[in-house]
Amino acid sequence: MTATVPPKAPTFLGLPTAPRGVGHLRGDQSFPDAARGALRDGQLRANLGHATSTIRGKRAKVVDELPDWAQLREAGRALKAATMARLDDHLEELERQVTARGGVVHWARDANEANEIVTRLVQATGTSEVVKVKSMATQEIGLNEALEAAGLDVFETDLAELIVQLGEDKPSHILVPAIHKNRAEIREIFARTIPGVDPDLTDDPRQLAMAARTHLRERFLRARVAVSGANFAVAETGTLTVVESEGNGRMCLTLPETLITVMGIEKVVPTWRDLEVFLQLLPRSSTGERMNPYTSTWAGVTPGDGPQEFHLVLLDNGRTAVLADEVGREALHCIRCSACLNVCPVYERAGGHSYGSVYPGPIGAVLSPMLTGVEDNASLPFASSLCGACYDVCPVAIDIPSILVHLRAEHVEAVARDRERPTAEAVAFRGLAKVMSHPRLWHLAQRASRLGRLIARGKPTLPNALPPPVSGWTRSRDLPTPPRETFVESWVREHGS
Amino acid sequence: MSAREEVLSRVRQALGADRTPPEEVVRDYRLTDGRPAGDPALLELLVDRVEDYQATVLRCAPADVGATVRAALDQGLGSGWTAGDVVVAPGLAEDWRPAGCDVDDDRPAVQLADRAASVTAVAVAVAETGTLVLDGSPACGRRALSLLPDCLVCVVTADQVVGSVPEGLGRLDPLRPLTMVSGPSATSDIELQRVEGVHGPRTLLVVLAG
Repeated sequence: MTATVPPKAPTFLGLPTAPRGVGHLRGDQSFPDAARGALRDGQLRANLGHATSTIRGKRAKVVDELPDWAQLREAGRALKAATMARLDDHLEELERQVTARGGVVHWARDANEANEIVTRLVQATGTSEVVKVKSMATQEIGLNEALEAAGLDVFETDLAELIVQLGEDKPSHILVPAIHKNRAEIREIFARTIPGVDPDLTDDPRQLAMAARTHLRERFLRARVAVSGANFAVAETGTLTVVESEGNGRMCLTLPETLITVMGIEKVVPTWRDLEVFLQLLPRSSTGERMNPYTSTWAGVTPGDGPQEFHLVLLDNGRTAVLADEVGREALHCIRCSACLNVCPVYERAGGHSYGSVYPGPIGAVLSPMLTGVEDNASLPFASSLCGACYDVCPVAIDIPSILVHLRAEHVEAVARDRERPTAEAVAFRGLAKVMSHPRLWHLAQRASRLGRLIARGKPTLPNALPPPVSGWTRSRDLPTPPRETFVESWVREHGS
Repeated sequence: MSAREEVLSRVRQALGADRTPPEEVVRDYRLTDGRPAGDPALLELLVDRVEDYQATVLRCAPADVGATVRAALDQGLGSGWTAGDVVVAPGLAEDWRPAGCDVDDDRPAVQLADRAASVTAVAVAVAETGTLVLDGSPACGRRALSLLPDCLVCVVTADQVVGSVPEGLGRLDPLRPLTMVSGPSATSDIELQRVEGVHGPRTLLVVLAG
């Protein structure tokens, strides 16, 4: 962690966004710069293409199986919208219920405060080892780094998170953080980093999973503190829910004496009954299964069963700033299924790392800029072709394309406000608007555009390496060579005016 | 201002002064399967869905549960198992238990890892998703019991089998620690290829009575 105080992050409606200098919501590079490298990585593209096409097929099959998917999806959307409209009441009720059942509730304004709370709670137990269940919220706030800075050893126990941790890598997918690695690469990481691993280990996924089981078994049995996230928290009963597959979650939620759960405030649902919707939407939409292997729920502390000390940390970290955006607040409905990543043509080619945030893909392209303030992730709202596939598969019907357009407008307005002179793009579009509203000018411009044919030299598109400011447009877009004649001209030629 | 007060006040500021009532949620999805619990077609569906997860189902008459549990253990552990390999939930019906087996008590949970198999009842089973739910009652046992031994045998009776997820959740007490089990532990983390058996039990056997 840096000693200098980072500049204050921008705010929306005066509400603070996620602070700079902590956590993983901002990349070092803009999306186009990061994606350029990824696009050259043939192995990465092959891995991603294989994985996302597999999961798309599985998802489609189990979604089609339910005759009432559309109704469940609409109920999921409405439930989330209703929850957000009364978020303060539901959070207070959740706090009351968790407290009444022996849990302790903490509130964290941002990543720094959440990290401090968790570090203090772990230190109070006197242990130096922490086992972790995969959690997006703790990735977002950089909890592992904070705990390690305090001299604690952190062990990720989800197989993909373990691969990422052992490979000193970064997660690139919400559900399958190591999706960018294939079996041979994973075998190499295990062979290199797991002490005492079988030297004859092959790249068979079953063997690799067994190696992880052996590696973590003792750690689970001796763990005294676990940190988890939460998929849902039921306000009326104080019931927390973790949805998982491997059983590492159950190990962490069951065996240690102390459990610390870090949860974004938007994860609350009002009633137990609401889970009948989300526990149908989530597994089918994420792993493409009718139900995930294990779902654990618990309310506070149960004598004689599981951790006898339970802490719940409720995290803001920019979420209230998202809530204040009437168009963008829908992004808080996300249940982290990752279906939008798996269908996104941009994600499939650019990969998760290009987004620079723990939330990649279409949902990340809207959520990350809103959590940080759009100027800290200004390229992300443009990391999309607006094809709408993300909206179609979203199990809670988040209209991601509309939020992308909304954030693009916000960015353009912010840039216009901060500049003395308008951008070349703004000037060009203003000119275009004028030209397009005057037929004579429009015909002249069309005729003039034929000069582009000289630059193209018979190729179907203009070269990318045009001089600025045109290069700003052509760097990431193909500009087609203008046709010999316009549609109107060919119509007149063939049919007469 | 405390963090609590500040976060709550931010939420209120974000939502604005106009607190129009939230829209009503329409629950026009299927609330029931239409078939009563224990319907023979539901039992068939449960078997199909559980086996799809690479778990094994053994069906028997209600009077034959004890013998079928032993047959399940033969499959899971091989025929050479002894009573000491098996630990059962403290409230499991007497005639379902293998003779002389270990009964879970208040020992430290990690000691359950020494046993090769555990046997429990369930609170409810959802046919459509092939899900068994254990609720921490004496018959189901504490959560560690169905987690640490590598082979898990669950006994389901016909009256516990409902069609859909809403019906299943409606029968459960959200204040109890619940574990929903759909097949053996699994992972899809390597190239999204499903592999059964990671940290939880690698073998799941279901005895369906009735």
